[in-house]
Parts: sequence; C-alpha cells; structure tokens
Amino acid sequence: MSGKFVVGYDGSEAAQRALDFAIERAAAQGGSVLIAHVLEWSPYSFLTPNELEERHKRRREELERAETALMAPVVKAASGKGAEIESVIRYGRIAEVLCDIAKENKAGQIFIGRNGHSAWGARVFGSVASALVQTAPVPCTIVP
Amino acid sequence: MYRTISRAAGAAAGLGLMGTAPAFAQSVDETVNQIFSNSTGWFVSFIFSPFPGTSFPWIVAWLVIAATVFTIYFVFIQFRAFGHAISLVKGDYSDPNDAGEVSHFQALATALSGTVGLGNIAGVAVAVGIGGPGATFWMILAGLMGMATKFTECTLGVKYRNEYEDGTVSGGPMYYLTKGFAERGLPGGKILAVMFSIFCILGALGGGNMFQANQAHQQISGIVGDYPGWITGVIFALVVFAVIVGGLKSIARVTEKVVPFMGVTYVLAALVIIIMNADMIGWAFGQIFEGAFTGLGVAGGMVGALIQGFKRAAFSNEAGVGSAAIAHSAVRTKEPITEGFVSLLEPFIDTVVICTMTALVIIISGQLLTDPETGLYLVGESGMIQTADGSSGVSLTSAAFGTAFGWFPYVLALAVVLFAFSTMISWSYYGLKAWTYLFGEGKSKEIAFKVIFCIFVVIGASANLGPVIDFSDAAIFAMAVVNVFGLYFLMPIVRRELHSYLERLKSGEIKKFN
Repeated sequence: MSGKFVVGYDGSEAAQRALDFAIERAAAQGGSVLIAHVLEWSPYSFLTPNELEERHKRRREELERAETALMAPVVKAASGKGAEIESVIRYGRIAEVLCDIAKENKAGQIFIGRNGHSAWGARVFGSVASALVQTAPVPCTIVP
Repeated sequence: MYRTISRAAGAAAGLGLMGTAPAFAQSVDETVNQIFSNSTGWFVSFIFSPFPGTSFPWIVAWLVIAATVFTIYFVFIQFRAFGHAISLVKGDYSDPNDAGEVSHFQALATALSGTVGLGNIAGVAVAVGIGGPGATFWMILAGLMGMATKFTECTLGVKYRNEYEDGTVSGGPMYYLTKGFAERGLPGGKILAVMFSIFCILGALGGGNMFQANQAHQQISGIVGDYPGWITGVIFALVVFAVIVGGLKSIARVTEKVVPFMGVTYVLAALVIIIMNADMIGWAFGQIFEGAFTGLGVAGGMVGALIQGFKRAAFSNEAGVGSAAIAHSAVRTKEPITEGFVSLLEPFIDTVVICTMTALVIIISGQLLTDPETGLYLVGESGMIQTADGSSGVSLTSAAFGTAFGWFPYVLALAVVLFAFSTMISWSYYGLKAWTYLFGEGKSKEIAFKVIFCIFVVIGASANLGPVIDFSDAAIFAMAVVNVFGLYFLMPIVRRELHSYLERLKSGEIKKFN
C-alpha cells in the first residue's frame, strides 16, 4: 500500500479531526499527507455577463485567499508531526475532485471529516461522504 | 410597417386603483410617444428603406447575403462543426486545470439568456401575424444560415479581446474591428469601431431595453387591466437601477437561475401542445411550406412572408449584430475558434428550436383566421392577419398557448417579465461596453450610461409598440451594417484559424481530456 493519504480539508472542525487522524496514521507508517481543498464549482452554472468578465480575476482572488487564509496555516500547523505534508487547491465537485487527486497521486487512502448532517439533510443537499464512498478508487475513512 | 399596431387593450377599463389613474398619466404616455416617433422616424426610414421599385428592405438582403457568404466561405461550417460544438459545450476538450474559469457552457448560456426572450415569444408572433405561417420557413432558414455569421463574429470576439492586468476581459466588435483591421493593414477600423459603438448604445436602449419594457408592460396590463405604461416603466427602471448601479447581485443572480428554468418550461409547454395536436403537425408544416412560397394571402405575398421571417430571425438570434461577440469573449480557451463553434449553437437553439416552437403553437392553435372557402388568411386593414381575439405580438402567443392551457398566460406573463429583465441586464452590459469604448472607463462615465439606460426603460414602457419596435429594429440592424462590413474583411483570419485548428484536431494534437 502506498504511503500517501489524501485528506479533504475545508477548514471545519470535522476536517481538522480527519487531518489529525490521517497524520497520526501516516506518521506511524512513515507516509505522507496531501491536504486537498476543493472550491465547489460547476462549469454548468449560470453567470451574468458581468460575472463572466470578472471570472478570471475572481478565480485568482479565490485561489489566493484559499492559499493564504486556509492552506498555509494548516500546512504550517500540520508540519513537524512526523508526516510529510503537501497541499493542493482545486475547483470542481468535491467528491469527484478528491477521487481524481487520489488517482493522480497514487494515494493509498482518502480521509474526510463528516459534517454530521441528518440523513434527511444529506438526502436533500447530497453528502460528500456518501458520494465519495460510492465512487472512490481507494479505501475511504470517514472521521466523525 | 408596424406603425398601425397599437396596444390592443386601449379602451379596457382597468382594475382597482389602476383604473383611477389621473388623466394626465395617459397624456404623459401620448406625449412621450409623439416626441419619440418624431425624433426617430428618419433613422427608421433609412434603415428600412426598400430597394427602389420594390418592397424589399436593403437591410434584410444585407443580412441574408452575409449569412450566405459566410456559409459558403466556411463550407457549411454550421453542419460540419455541429457535433464538435456539442462536445466542446459538454467540456470534453476543457483542460481540468482550467476549472473555475468561464466554461464554454457558461459563455453560451449567458449569451443565450441575452437573446432568448421576447424575440422568441413576441417577435415570432409579430412575424407570423403579418407574414403568415410561411414566415416560419424563412425564419428557420435564416436561423440556419445565421449560424455561420455567429461563428465568424464570436471567433473574432475571443481572438481580439482585451485582457487586462487585473484579469478582467473586454471583447466585441469594437475590439476586433480596431485590432483586426490594423493587423491586416487596412484603414478605417477605428471609424467602424466607433460607428458600431454608437449603434450598439442605441440598440441597447432600443431592442435591449425599450422593446422589452414595452412588452413587459403589455403583459402585465393584459392581466391586471390597462393602466399607464410609465408606472411599469418606473418600477422596472428602479429594479434595473438597483442591479446595474446599486450592484444588487442577488436580483441578477436569481434572474439568471430562473430564466433558464423558464426557458425550459416554455419549450416543454410548447412541446406538450404540439404533441397533443400531433395530428395537426403535418398540416402545420404544410401551411409553413405553402405559405413560404405563396404567402397564403398575407400582405406582400411570398416576399412579405420572407421579409417578416428574416427580420424576426435576425432580431431574435442577433447573428451578425455583434452583441454575442461581446458576451462570448470572456471564455477561457487557448483556441478562439472553439468559441466560434460553440456560438453557432446559439441561433440553432434560439431560432431553429424555440422560435419554431412558438410559431407551431400559434399555427396549430388556430388563432390566425382563414377564409373557409379559399383557405387564405384574412388580412385586416392594418396588413396584419386577423386573429381570433384581435391580439397581436406577445398577446397573440399568450392567446395561442391559452387555448391549450387556460393558466398558461399567467406563466407566460411571468416568463416575459423575467426574460425582459434578463435581456435588459445583458444589453445594459453590451451598451456599457460600447459606451466605455467610446468615452473611456471610469466610475462617473459608467454611472451616466446606466442612468440613461434606466430613463429609457420608462420611455419604452410608455410609448406605443409601433414606434418602439421600429426604432429597436433599426438600431440593432444598424449595428449589423457596420459589424458585417467588418466581418467581410476579417473572415480570412477566421479561415486561417479554422484550418489550423481542424488540422491539429485531425492529427491528434488537440485531444479530448475526458
């Protein structure tokens, strides 16, 4: 089994628990952790002409913000705990993109936190966790 | 030609407090109408002047010839590239690393929401109401040919757009006319760009604004009873103002979500009506073909049907007008030609699919009255075909849908108001781009245009349909005069792009990502 774990991270407490859990396991095996942040995005959404014009600029801003406000601090905090840390920011549907990242990096496992929606809420709004377990190419760990 | 159309329900009493509107309100409408038609008449007559000795307006020939030239020059690109266009929209060729940028689908959807609207509902009713079912045939033909024109202009729109340091983009005919002409060493690009911008501002205020406000008012007053147009105008102007000046994104966002939904609902309703009357489809197409070549008694005969069909198609899908080139130019692609391919779907969806649906429903509903003995359409004094309840424009479409679903006129009224609104938002953007091209960018200059735009909303809602539709058409076609003229000089550039792209596609250099 490859020593790289992908962790879906969105800054929430659940994501932090998943990250800690993954780092612990990775450190024990001498593996590495890839922290992945996905900006929810559909190429089939509708935008106004003005939004089209500014899209490229906004994307750059969003990526910068995600990097400085979210990823840089978490990478810093996660380093030095015995596992090698990398990070990646991508656009798309969260579950889909996590699977892609795992495939591209030949990762051995995907870890995500569970936000604790009720079953009803998950049915209405869809749940990343259930989408992921249905489609993931590698074993998944859902951290409650 | 439309001068005799007046708002149908002139004498209707109105309901509730609207009915007590003071007499001066009506005279505000009349004064606005008078001043408006007096000051724009010369421009309208020039654009729509016929070839000497005929009733065929030169502008219609101009657009048809352009579409034919582009169709032949690019060897029926609209049919050859149709499949490829669909896989581009699906994202088969999009680099996953570009996720989060404007996709082909988004550029197409936004451009479509600017064109799908009243042209498809009211415009088609006007065409069929004057030109008979035969106008539909010419409309479809014009739509198919217009795909090649759209392909040409949108490729150029992306190729010559301005990309600024902060990451925003500006594109459209003003940019390709200037840069493209300079690149080919031709003089006059700048002059054309300035002319285009002036007409684009007028078109934004006319077809992109007044016509929309006018028809929205007609819809609302058709339901709540007649009341002065300026009231609708002021309300609309305030909402538009809140969005484009106040930056109230929430309204725009809601509209952008609801409009596609409304569009789908409209097409589905039309399909249901057509399927319910499946036995009449053959007859309806018979009327369309027969009418196309004989006119079936409409004013002007075959030529009358043809002019109406071509005019409405051009007004609806805007091929050659240059507006779509502005909307499409924000897409993220390394190959400008790909946006050209995608854009050729626009006249197809807009005209060949949606307009034809409207026309079929009107024909099948039997709203257009025929002489039972000859089978020819009964033409009133105004040159319009007599309808079952005397309605014209959007109310004719409404009545036609109403024969199948009694509640549909209410849905349609909502759809018209929303379509009108989204078209106004799109055109306020096109107009603004032309405005800033002319006067430079800057907060106060932009606000000035936006305020003017809102004032015209009120004028549009107050004036009668006749002068408004004349002016709207004239301004939009004037854009096409300049744009198409420029396209002729720039089409070799598009052809070079096309050949290079197709070769690389064939050799496998351009690959699918999925």
